[in-house]
Amino acid sequence: AAAGFAGGAHAAEGLEPNSWEEITSYNNYYEFGTGKDDPARYAGDLTIAPWTVKIDGLVDRPGNYTFEDIMSKMTLEERIYRFRCVEAWSMVVPWTGFELADLLGLAGVQSGARYVAFETVLRPEEMPGVSRRVLDWPYVEGLRLDEAMNPLTIMATGIYGRDIPRQNGAPLRLVVPWKYGFKSIKSVVRISVVDSEPPTAWNKSNPSEYGFYSNVNPQVDHPRWSQATEREIGGGLFASRKPTLMFNGYEDEVAGLYEGMDLSRNF
Amino acid sequence: MNDGVSGASAPRLVRMRDGLNGGLRRVPAWALYFLAPLPALYLLWQGSTGGLGVEPISALEHALGELALQLLIAGLYITPLRRFLGINLMRFRRAVGLIAFFYVFLHLLTWLVLDVQVPALIWQDIVKRPYITVGMGAFALLVPLALTSNNLSIRRLGGKRWRQLHRLVYGAALLGGLHFVMLVKGFQIEPLLYMGAIIVLLVLRLPSPQRLFARSA
Repeated sequence: AAAGFAGGAHAAEGLEPNSWEEITSYNNYYEFGTGKDDPARYAGDLTIAPWTVKIDGLVDRPGNYTFEDIMSKMTLEERIYRFRCVEAWSMVVPWTGFELADLLGLAGVQSGARYVAFETVLRPEEMPGVSRRVLDWPYVEGLRLDEAMNPLTIMATGIYGRDIPRQNGAPLRLVVPWKYGFKSIKSVVRISVVDSEPPTAWNKSNPSEYGFYSNVNPQVDHPRWSQATEREIGGGLFASRKPTLMFNGYEDEVAGLYEGMDLSRNF
Repeated sequence: MNDGVSGASAPRLVRMRDGLNGGLRRVPAWALYFLAPLPALYLLWQGSTGGLGVEPISALEHALGELALQLLIAGLYITPLRRFLGINLMRFRRAVGLIAFFYVFLHLLTWLVLDVQVPALIWQDIVKRPYITVGMGAFALLVPLALTSNNLSIRRLGGKRWRQLHRLVYGAALLGGLHFVMLVKGFQIEPLLYMGAIIVLLVLRLPSPQRLFARSA
C-alpha cells in the first residue's frame, strides 16, 4: 500500500479539496432521484448498519463479509483525488479508504479471473428514485482486473476523516479517480470476480454514449457534449472552465494499462 | 358551438366563467411585462448568493430554460382555453409570447456567456450537438415572431399573413420540447410530460373531420 499511497500523494500535489458542503450537497445517486440535491434530501432513510458485502465468483474465500469485518482487516489512509463527472463538472475529494487490491486479496483472487463486477444496494422502500426506471436497477459497474488491482483504485469509507455520508455512497463505495464518476459505484453490496466483461448500468442504458472503460479523456467527446473542458464546483456564477486532463491527471499512473488500445473505440 | 359546459351544473359554471372573464378584463396586459423580469432577477440573486446550490451556472441555465418552455406552453393554451372552455385570455397572448421569448433569450445568453464561454466552442457545439442544434432552431423560429409582435407589423403584413407567420410558434414549441427530451440522461419522465402537453395542444388545433368535410363540400 505504501507505493500506492506515494502514487496517490504524487497525483494529489497542489490539489485544494472542495468543502464538505460542496461534496455532500451536489451528488448523482439516481436511486434517490435525478436532481443534484435529491440524494442529500432523500438518502437519510437508507439503512447502512448492518451491512454486508457479498464477495463471490473466482475467489478462494467467497462469502458475506460484514462491514466491521472488512474494516478490522483493512488499513485506512487518506487520498485526495480529483473527481471528474461525465457531465463535465469536477471537484476534489479527500477520501478515506483502503485499496481495492487489499480487499480482493482478503478474498483471494483465483487464476482465470479477468474482471471485477460490482453492485449497488437496491431497496425500493428506502430509495424513492427507483420507482422510476431511469436505469435498469440495481446499478452495476465493472473494472478489468488490472484496473481493479491498480494502487489508485480504492474503496472509500470516509470524507474529511468522517464517515462517508449516505448521499456519497455510504458505507463503502468504489473510487477510480481516472474514470468518469459513474464508474465509482456507490453503496456496494456485492463484488464478483469473473472471467468476462460484466454489464455496466450506463452502458446498458445507452451503449453509444457510455463505454465500459469510460476513462476521462479530453479528446473523446461524449456524443452530446464536449469533454475537453470542465467546470470546477465551487467557482460560483462566473467561474471559467478548466481544461480536462488526460486520465483526469493520473496519466503517469495508469496510461500503461491501455497501451496499444484505441481509446476512441474503447471509450 | 360547444362551449365546453353541460349538465345540471352548467349555469353555475357559466356564471363562474363569465365572472372570470369579467375579472380578467380588469387586469391590464402591461402588468405582465412589469412582472416578467422578477423570476429572472430572483434566480440571478439566488445564483449569486448560493441559493441555487454549489453549481449555479447549470442550475440557472436549466431554470431559465424550463421557465421558457412553460411560457411557450402557456401561450399555446390560450386559443384552446377560449375555444373549449370559453375562458378569454387573448389580450395577454402577445405579452405571454414576448415574455417566453425573453426567457428563451436569457437561457441562450446564460449558455453562451456563463456556460460555454469560448466563442469557437459555441459554434462547434451548435453544429456538432444535435440537442443544441434543435434548441437553436427553436430560438431562430421565435426571432421573427418576437420582431413582429406589435400592431405595426400586423398592419404591414396583413392579418392573414401575420397569422400564417406566427404558426412558426408550433414548430418552436416542438423543437423546444425535443431539446429537453434529448438532453437528459437515462429515461426521465419530466421532459416527456412537457412534450406530451405540447403535442396535445397542437393536436387540438387540427381541423376536426366535420370542418374538413364542410370545407370540401
